[in-house]
Order: sequence, then structure tokens, then C-alpha cells
Amino acid sequence: MYPAPFEYHRALSVSEALALLAQYGDEAKILAGGHSLIPVMKLRFASPAHLVDIARIPGLAGITEGDGMIRIGAATRHADVVSSPIVRAKAPLLAEAASQIGDPLIRNMGTIGGSVAHADPGADLPAVMLALGATLVATSQAGSRTIAADDFFPDVFMSALRPGELLTEIRIAEQGAGAAYEKRADPASGYAIVGIAVQLASAGGTISSVRVGMTGLGPKAMRLAGVEAALEGQPVSGATADAAASRAAEGIMFIDDARGSAAYKANLARVHAGRAIARACERAASR
Amino acid sequence: MAEINFTVNGRAHEVEVEARTLLVHLLRDTLHLTGTHVGCDTSQCGSCTVLLNGRGVKSCTVLAVQADGAEVTTIEGIGSRGALHPLQEAFRQEHGLQCGFCTPGMIMSSIDLLAGNANPSEAEIRHALDGNLCRCTGYHNIVKAVQHAARAMAGGASAIGSE
Amino acid sequence: MTTTTAPRAPLIGSSPKRKEDGRFITGTGRYTDDINMPGQLHAAFVRSPYAHAKIRSIDSSAALAMPGIHAVITGEELKAAGVNPLPPGWLHPGIQIAEFWPLAVGQVSHVGNAVAAVLADSPALARDAADAVVVDYDEQPAVAEGVDALKPGAPQVHEKIPGNVVFRWALGDADATDTAMQGARSIVRQHLTNQRLIANAIEPRASLANYDVAADEVTLYVTSQNPHVHRLIMGAFVLGLPEHKFRVIAPDVGGGFGSKIFIYPEECVVAWASKSLGRPVKWTATRSEAFVSDAQGRDHDTHVEMAFDEGGKIVALRVRTVANLGAYLTLFAPAVPTYLYGTVMSGPYNIPAIHVEVTAAYTNTTPVDAYRGAGRPEATYALERTMDVAAHQLGIDGAELRRRNLIPKDAFPFQTAVALQYDSGNYEPALDRALAMIDYPQLRAEQAEGRTKGKYLGIGLSTYIEACGLAPSHVVGSLGAQAGLYESGVVRVHPTGKVTVLTGSHAHGQGHETTFAQIVAHELGCGIDDVEVVHGDTGRVPFGMGTYGSRSGAVGGAALFSAAQKVKEKGRKIAAHLLEAAPEDVDFADGSYFVKGSPGTSKAFGEIALAAYLAHNIPADMEPGLEATTFFNPANFVFPFGTHVAVVEVDVETGSVQLIRYVAVDDFGNVINPMIVDGQLHGGITQGASQALWEGAQYDSNGQLLTGSMMNYALPKAEFLPMFETDRTVTPSPVNPLGVKGAGEAGTIASTAAVANAVIDALAPFGITHLDMPLTPSKIWEAVNAARGGN
Repeated sequence: MYPAPFEYHRALSVSEALALLAQYGDEAKILAGGHSLIPVMKLRFASPAHLVDIARIPGLAGITEGDGMIRIGAATRHADVVSSPIVRAKAPLLAEAASQIGDPLIRNMGTIGGSVAHADPGADLPAVMLALGATLVATSQAGSRTIAADDFFPDVFMSALRPGELLTEIRIAEQGAGAAYEKRADPASGYAIVGIAVQLASAGGTISSVRVGMTGLGPKAMRLAGVEAALEGQPVSGATADAAASRAAEGIMFIDDARGSAAYKANLARVHAGRAIARACERAASR
Repeated sequence: MAEINFTVNGRAHEVEVEARTLLVHLLRDTLHLTGTHVGCDTSQCGSCTVLLNGRGVKSCTVLAVQADGAEVTTIEGIGSRGALHPLQEAFRQEHGLQCGFCTPGMIMSSIDLLAGNANPSEAEIRHALDGNLCRCTGYHNIVKAVQHAARAMAGGASAIGSE
Repeated sequence: MTTTTAPRAPLIGSSPKRKEDGRFITGTGRYTDDINMPGQLHAAFVRSPYAHAKIRSIDSSAALAMPGIHAVITGEELKAAGVNPLPPGWLHPGIQIAEFWPLAVGQVSHVGNAVAAVLADSPALARDAADAVVVDYDEQPAVAEGVDALKPGAPQVHEKIPGNVVFRWALGDADATDTAMQGARSIVRQHLTNQRLIANAIEPRASLANYDVAADEVTLYVTSQNPHVHRLIMGAFVLGLPEHKFRVIAPDVGGGFGSKIFIYPEECVVAWASKSLGRPVKWTATRSEAFVSDAQGRDHDTHVEMAFDEGGKIVALRVRTVANLGAYLTLFAPAVPTYLYGTVMSGPYNIPAIHVEVTAAYTNTTPVDAYRGAGRPEATYALERTMDVAAHQLGIDGAELRRRNLIPKDAFPFQTAVALQYDSGNYEPALDRALAMIDYPQLRAEQAEGRTKGKYLGIGLSTYIEACGLAPSHVVGSLGAQAGLYESGVVRVHPTGKVTVLTGSHAHGQGHETTFAQIVAHELGCGIDDVEVVHGDTGRVPFGMGTYGSRSGAVGGAALFSAAQKVKEKGRKIAAHLLEAAPEDVDFADGSYFVKGSPGTSKAFGEIALAAYLAHNIPADMEPGLEATTFFNPANFVFPFGTHVAVVEVDVETGSVQLIRYVAVDDFGNVINPMIVDGQLHGGITQGASQALWEGAQYDSNGQLLTGSMMNYALPKAEFLPMFETDRTVTPSPVNPLGVKGAGEAGTIASTAAVANAVIDALAPFGITHLDMPLTPSKIWEAVNAARGGN
């Protein structure tokens, strides 16, 4: 277990990290928790010549709130996200899903920004970002821009980050209790075979807003538009949930592979969507 | 080469390492702390679990340079044969080990668990050990050992280093 | 030299905490990779990325030019130096043996086949240079499945072995079986696969060799379950190192499960290189290497035909199996699907006619050999799965069908139709107890109730026998074993009365340092801390066959028991001499010899030990010293048995399975340490359940391993499992003086079928009678969906 040789750079500011990224270009990789990167380097599937460690940049880790918005530094560890009173109270979906990433030891090192930027098709957080309608802040030497979660996961293992950009912050609007994450973990890797994240709000017994994200079953995390359409403006009820869940596979081309047939995957999408919606409705109602 | 200053089991070390050196290899090969084991190369087995600034981590997935300035605790640092940590004692009492290879990682992971949850349920213990594989015990006696230790520690045995 | 006067509680049958735990819980165990030597070089292996290819050339020049590189070794170089292929240790008539070179010569036959070794100053440099060795391969067609390899026109794995047939083997009476089949009321037929497994002991294999020039001796530290066997095979057959100049040490070993029995290419290269270069040489496998280079397990494709009379009694059994043995034959490979499989095909049942045919095939996959249970889990699965299919087909409850066919307790010794003679057994009480523990009628009622509400519980039974502690040596020899299957034990009493015990068994989790100390301390009347158990070192232990096949207690433990008797007898003569009594008038109890009827006149065991070594006053015709050696050569196997019951709940909407209860009632004869035996059982149950539900090696048709890491080969986690509920019946084995049987593999042998049967039972309302393992959610859902008329 010996990665190929590389040069290690510890950035102590975002601008220093960006300068290093600019200097080394394709040869550089960002190191935050390292739990996506180091395993592939040990197996020599990746051999970057330079690593830029951002974990100690002051201000890049931490969770704050204000003006109805939660701000999570990209280098915040999963364990700190899970235990954050702010996240638990105002984005419970994120706390629930982050508590199911990998295992406790991985959550102690892995970071929210690393997981989101890595865009693994089996990762939990991309579905959650979609369901929360999160805003991702990308910073480059040219300045910062915000990217909506809906635009952040264009393809398998791809994010919308451009060369030279660093994911620095994740912003989530304060959310209610009507949320649930339904995951079936791969028994070996712990990654999601399927993960359905639902965030909804209800007013007077009617679903007033809803977003549903799915991970695991396809090449990338995606929103389930058919499910959302079937829920929006409908009464909070079991019948609504069932009708919406039945549309979970709508418009998605699942493929047969070692993890199951397309029919099986479509079924998993429907069943887990149904269960997530039911739990989210229950929580929304009991609030 | 990179210079690292860190504390391992309360003792300060200053070492030069290649940047690619994993924390587990620094501990085993340079500091001769061979109680921390390597069982896989994909961060599944948890045999390499140590505490990094008090939190359980897989030291095969941490670069030594990432531990610069940190406090590291390994199995050798929590107790000794004459003064066992309550978890060490509990694993022995409940036959929570067979070949012993995963045991240091199991114990370090369990320390992390009990630090955050002094009285975990069986389900919580099983969930918390998701990152540690044992091929010998079927986990039955490991779960009992953690329960045993939780009781002992609630009864006053200290978390780090019993008398 | 103190002895207690109060009667002591018996040590055999008690559960003292393990003596070995002190080092393991404090991180001071000493595994092979923990050992380093000054000046050591590190080896890294270049491995084939192809399942089948000819090697056109190997260019080491770039690697040799890198810093810190000392040598690149190839197969041709080893062959030229007189190194031989690795031999299998069990030879059937007509067996076709492919040359298994430590480093490939001319061709590679599986992904991961070692091609070259790089020696460097550090493991990282060795890895860097291994990546720089350029091998020019000419890729050839490959075959991965045993059944495919036997088809006409299949790719040839080895040029000189036509049809890829390793051997064809049969056992039982074919004619009697045919006749009984013809007269049967009904015949139940089932095709089933027993998928390939990967042992995954958590400690990867490792070796460290040092050549001592002055002594002209090679010392090899290696992750081995049987260091003397390693020394014999490597020394005499592969490397040409004489045994008295070759010491093999298996220090603490982090689990084996069979995978560390065999002689592997890497340790041969490491030992040869150390002598050749005059430097210590070390190698430790990565998990990725383990997945492609550790011998794998199981991999059978089997057709079972079980014939019944009108009363539900089995009248005949016919089994036809294709066993995929991979690219080469490792040490036990030929024995596993034959003498460890066909011979137990009667299970616990009275089956008058049985015929078993096995065809073993070469394929372009990693070699297959013994994995926990080795042949017996495959046989038990074939039998017990078919019993459930039969119960369904005949309309008889599975527990009842089993009961009707169990060998009655007054039928022992029982001669089976497949060679073995079961010496003892009483099967029904274990079945009764297991059914009582699970509350079988109540559970069946709950199941019926649940089904009306969409809750699918499944109950799975497995009644099993195991045949372990293989013996006797002359019989296994006549069946092709290239070694005897006895065990050595030395009990060495020191002048102070402290005891060193040497055993040829090897512990890698089994707790011999405790259980063997219990046996000897029990016999000699001392404490277990007064007894040190030494194992795993050919330099200290006279000889040994090692640990596998659940043999350590029944063979190794019995050897020590017998050696302890010899020590006690010699002590009795010395005591009689000192007490001026006839030896037959001297008794031994609680650590003291005394004249019968006058316990006041006694000599403590420690006093006798000192007297034996002082030799000032011992019988005139007696040699000084107090030590005895026994090579225990048992007269038969031992036959543990029992009934296991698994309860699962299947979520038919997703196909996921939760194992919710597991009850095991086993008979291991007398038990030395119940705590340790329970622990062995827990681990065994878990590995077997894991085959049913999670584990399975998958190769694609080109021989690429698709499950080559812990990211995609599922090992059981704590969260997947319930607490286990265990109990025992006790039918002592007559074969050894301790009355013990083996406990290391029973859990695995029984549990695969119990769990698989439970899942299929849960799916009964859908008309599903069989699915092949592992019973993954997708497989279950597809079956349920099809049964519901989905597509």
C-alpha cells in the first residue's frame, strides 16, 4: 500500500490553494479528508504528482447560520455535520444522510466538500444536495461563483467545477422536518445501491413544496421530477405517497448490470421513494 | 521528504517521511508500534484504527503528513498488560477475539463509540462497528465485550488507562 | 513446588479466560509482518493482468535501473537454478498435474499469477519497480467456469491436459443406486451451485526469510497453519533445502480458514532469494493481491437426485458434481471435492444406496482448495437443500422428513454407503432441542399469520454431521494422501514442576495456548499458568501436521493427553520409589502422589519433577528427566453432528433479507473449554450464513475477477447479524481418550444450508423452491417478481 511518489503542499489559505492549483493544473489534486482520493492512490488507479491539502485552511471548516441560510465549510468533516445542532435542527435530511456515509471512522475524516465534489454515483450527499436545493460555492483566482445543486452533477464522477476552482462552501436554506433519506447500502462498500432523499413542506395538510433526489441507481445523482410533480399541491396522505412513488422510475433509463436488472432498479426507486415520502410526510405532519 | 512533529501515545516525535507515507506505515515501520495492523487496501477492514486527536480514523487512509501536529493514540497507548483499559479487559472477559488481528482496531473503534455514547444499545454497537471487520468471532462476543466495557466504565473504570 | 490441598475444580470443561489474549489486546502480538531484520530487502511481485497468456518476453532493464533495486527474479531463472514446481499433496489415480511454478514459466494461467519478483530496499521502491517491469504477453482464450471448461472445444487451460480434466472420481455403488432409484416411489431432482468463496483472513499472507551463512540455515517466518508441512513441501520438493537446514516459524497468525494451509509461490521465492542474495527478504500481501493469489474455496456445480419410498424414507441418492479447481492444484485441492465431500454425502441419514461422481476441472482462475469446512459444507448444502425441496414436493414438513431419515441411535457404529463408519451419534435429541429452542410450532403459526399480512418469515433447518480429524494415517495414505494425519505432542516437565508443552498443531485464533494448557494442567494437577504451550516453530516442535479439518483438539489435544499420561506414569514410579510403596499402590490426585488409603503420605508433583532431574534417588533402571512425547495416530475420524435453525424475514418488495434468529444445537462430544467452542461456532455460523446471503466470487467469461476487493466482495459486518442462540448435546467420541470432536468448522458446515433454506422457505408462497446462492436482494426480487407475473 504505497502510493506513487508525489509532492505534498499544505495550503494555509484559499488563495494559496488556488495558486497551487493554477500552478500545477491537471497534475494537482485537492486533499481534504482524503477518503475518496487516498484509496485510489494506494491502488495506483490515480497517481497525481501534487497534492494540495486544504484541511487546515482557517475558516474552510465549520457550520454557521444566518438569514435563514446554513453555511457549511467544504472541509467540514461528516461527523461534525452529523453532530451539528444547526444541521440537526434546520437541515435534518443532511444529518440523517450524512450519518449513513461509510462508517464512523470514515465520517471522522471524510469531508462534505470532498464527497460532493467527487460526485461518486453511489455517494449519499449528491442526492441530498439535490433534495435540499443546496447552493455550492466555487472559488477560483477569478473570484467566487455559486452553482445550484441541480447543475452541479453533470455526469458520472463529474462535477460542474472548472479547472482551477475549489468548492469552498455549501449553502442550504433552512428546512423543515418533512424529510427522509431511504438508503440501501451495498453490503461490501457501504455506498448506496439506492438512496432517495426527500425534502418537503406542507401547509394545511397540503404539500406546498417538495424536492426528491436519487443516488445509486444511475450514472449520477438526479432529481425525480415525476415524483415531485405528483406530490406538489397534493394532500399529505398515503394515497398521494403511493401515487407519487409509482412515478419514481419515470423517464430514467436504468441499465442491467452486476447490481441488478433495469426492472429491479426501477422497482428499488419506486419502493424506496415510497418509503422516503411516507416518512417525510409523517415527520412533516407530526411537527 | 516532509518533517512531521506529532505526539504518539503522549510522546513527542519528530520524523522525516516521504510525503506518500501512510500514517499506519509510519507507526509500524518507523515507530515500531506494530499493534496497529493492515488488513485491506480499500478502507474497509478497520484493523488500522487509531485515535487522531481523540477520534477514530483508519490510519491506512491518512497520510502521515496529515497527522502533523496531531495527537495519535494507538492500542499500545491505552493500557498495558498490568493495567488494562476497560475495553481491553472486556474483550478478554467476553472472549471478544480469536486470532487477535482485528482486535486493536475493534478496541480503538469501540473507545470512539463509548466516548460519544456511554450506554449504547446492541443495535448502536453493531452500527458503530460498521468500519471494522472480524472474520473469526461472528461479532457476538465483540458486542458483548463492548456492552461489558460500557457497564464497567459507567461503574467508574476510567476511559483511558485504568489503574 | 506448592500444591493446593483442597480438591480442585476440573480444568477440562471449564472456561478460563484465554492465556493468549494478553498480547493481542495490548497490541503486542507478533504477526509475521511485525517482524523485521536488519538489512532486509522487500519483495514485490509482478502479476499477470490476463487470465491466460503466453509470455513472449520480460524486460527488467527499466526496473533494475531504478534506485534501491537489487534484483528482478523470473520463473526461467528459478527453473534454471533448480527450483521445482509446487506439488499437490493428494494424488488420485489418473490425476493430471499442471506445473505450478513459483514464478510463471512460459505462460500465465490466471489473473494474479506471479510472473516476476522485484527486490528493493523498501516496499515502496519494490512496488515502483514492479510497475516498471515490462512483460510482453500473448493473450490466449480463457475459461472461468468449471462446467464450461469441460465442454468440447473449450479453451485449453494447459496444453498438455486435454479437456481440462484434472481427474474423474466416484464413490459408492452405482448399480445399487440405479436399482433403488428405479424402484422408488418418487425422485426429487435439484441442480444447484455452490459458489466460489474467498477466505479473506483479516491478516494478509506474509513471509520473511533469512539465510544464516554461518549455520548454512534458512529461517522462514510465514503465515502458515502448518509450519512442518511448509518445511517438508518447500524444502524437499520445491527448493531442495534439507529439513535440518530449514526452519519454518509460523508466529501469531491472523486467521486462516484453510487459506494458510497451502504452500504458495511467494514464500518459495522469498526463501530462495534470501539464500541467493544473502540478505533477509520480506514480503507482505496487499488485500488486492490476496484476492487473486490466496487459494479460494467451494465452486461446485451439482446435480442431486434423491429417491424416496412411500413413507418418506430416502432409498437412494445420486450426486454428480463438477468441481472447479482453478488454474493449478494447491496442496489439498484434489482431496476437497472427493474424500472430504463424497464421503459425507450420507449426512446424518440412513441412506442405503449412494453414488457420487466428481469431475474436477482446470480453469483460468485462482486455484481452489480447502476453505472452512472444505467439501463438507458443499455436501451438507447439497443434501440439506435437497431435503427441503423434497419436503416441499412430498408435502411433508421439513423437520419431520429429516426425523424419519435420521440414523437411529442404536445403529452405531453405522456403516454408510460412502466408505465412512460413524462410530457414535444420537441425532434426534439435537433436533428436538433445536426445535424446542426456536418453538417450532409457534414459529410456524407466526409465519402463517405473517403471510396474510405481507410479512414473509422463513424457517430453515439443517441437520448435519461433520467428519473431521481425518484418520487413520494408513487409510488416508491408501487414498492418495502424501502424508500421515497424526499429531505430535511433547510434555516437558522442568525441575521446578513448571511445564512446557510442544504441539504440532497450530493456533491462529483457536486458543490452543489455553485449551492445551487446560488438558495438561488438568492431568498434572497444576494451574494453566504453570503450562506454556509452544507451537508454530519447526525448530522447537519435533514434528506436526498442523491445524485444519477441525483436527487440533481430537488429534493434537489427544497427543498431549497421552504424553501427560506417560509423564504421570513415570512420576508414579518415582513417587513409589520415594514413598517406598509399590507403583500400583500409588495414586495421583490434585497434583500429588500418595499411597492409597493414606493421603498423608504424599509427594507433590513438583517434588517428583525435581527428583527426576536430580536423579539422586530414582529407580535404578530409570533414565533421569521428566518428559514424554506422543505421536497420536487416531483410529478413525470424529463425527460431530447437530441441528441448526435459521429464521429470516424477507422484504419481498426489495428482496432484502434480515437474519433475525439463529439457533444451533451441536454435539462436539466432551468440550474442553465451552467459551472457546462457542466462539468457534459463532464464527463458523457467520461464515456459512455469509455464503448463503452475501459472499460470492465472480469472474467474467475472460477470467477477470469482478469481486477483487472488499469494496465489491461482501464480508459480513456486525450489523448484518443477530446474537446466536446455542446449546449442546454430549455424545463423547470413542476415538480419542478425551472424547472430544472437532468444533472449528461445524458452524460453517451447518449454517449455509440453514440460512438458504430459511430464505427459500420464506418465498414458498410464491412457488419458489430453489435459488442459487448468494441470495442477494436482486435475485430474490427477480424471482418474486416473476412469480407475480411481472417481467
